[in-house]
Amino acid sequence: MRDLLLVFSVFAACVVEAVEALTIVLAVGTTRGWHATMRGVAAGVLALAVIVAALGPALTVIPLNGLRLVVGGLLLVFGLGWLRKAILRASGFKALHDEAAIFARERAAAEQVGFSPGLFGDSYAFTLAFKGVLLEGLEVAFIVLTFGANQHSIPLAAIGAGAAIALVSAVGVAVREPLAGVPENSLKFAVGVLLTAFGTFWGVEGAGGHWPGADLALLPMIAAVLAFALGAVWWLRRAHAAQFAGPRDPATTPVGQVR
Amino acid sequence: MRRVSRTLRGFAAFWWDFIVGDDWRIAAGVVLALAGTAALVRATVPAWWLVPAAVAAMLALSLRSATRTGRS
Repeated sequence: MRDLLLVFSVFAACVVEAVEALTIVLAVGTTRGWHATMRGVAAGVLALAVIVAALGPALTVIPLNGLRLVVGGLLLVFGLGWLRKAILRASGFKALHDEAAIFARERAAAEQVGFSPGLFGDSYAFTLAFKGVLLEGLEVAFIVLTFGANQHSIPLAAIGAGAAIALVSAVGVAVREPLAGVPENSLKFAVGVLLTAFGTFWGVEGAGGHWPGADLALLPMIAAVLAFALGAVWWLRRAHAAQFAGPRDPATTPVGQVR
Repeated sequence: MRRVSRTLRGFAAFWWDFIVGDDWRIAAGVVLALAGTAALVRATVPAWWLVPAAVAAMLALSLRSATRTGRS
């Protein structure tokens, strides 16, 4: 009975961590393409395997809060950037479908001055997937070690974690196709909301803060960021309509103040 | 020498674009908000609210600036 409880506890805890990683991987893969995202996942898993193999039980000495602070801060910067652009697009102040062109232009500019960032394809997708998988994977490893060591049965804890990861991965594969049908800017909007919420959550934890309700605080956080972003779209649409009011030829009407 | 300098400039420009993006104030604001949170935690003051409040303020200011100046 105690063993069963151990497996179930580890399973439940690891499902939460795996869903967090899956959310980031799905969001990035669907919006930025799967090639670089899956390379990021593979690199994250590889780095995780190396760290776990090298440190073993000494893994618990890794300063997880420091890692959360860095990952949270970067996710927050990326998330706010995505959300800002998605809001500007949704409200008409920025043209749709310009992300690929911007990325290609920036990459060409970087290559022109002799620096090639293209080792892993789309660096954003690679980095986001890598960080998400590595951070959550480390948390899963921590759970296995702490729960397993407390009950003197790390292999059983590992079974619970493995089952959780397998289940969440299967769900990820199943929902990948339906997600592809969602309009591009809606997905980017959702990704911006998720990255901003996760970044806020991890950043505060990394800085030593504690959320009321612990991990459950993520849900109201996502809802609050979504509500704020939708409110911003509503407000800016009105501003855009007022700014470009009056009779005009639809063929020459500007999208907004886009350079 | 010039080639090395160009490569270093390109390297720095790539990472600046990659991390900081379109609005440097967002990146600076995130760093300040996280530092402020750490300072409040050290002073044993509840600190979880600071980053969400900063996120709302930064996003609003950045959007306002983008729609006024066209720097989107």
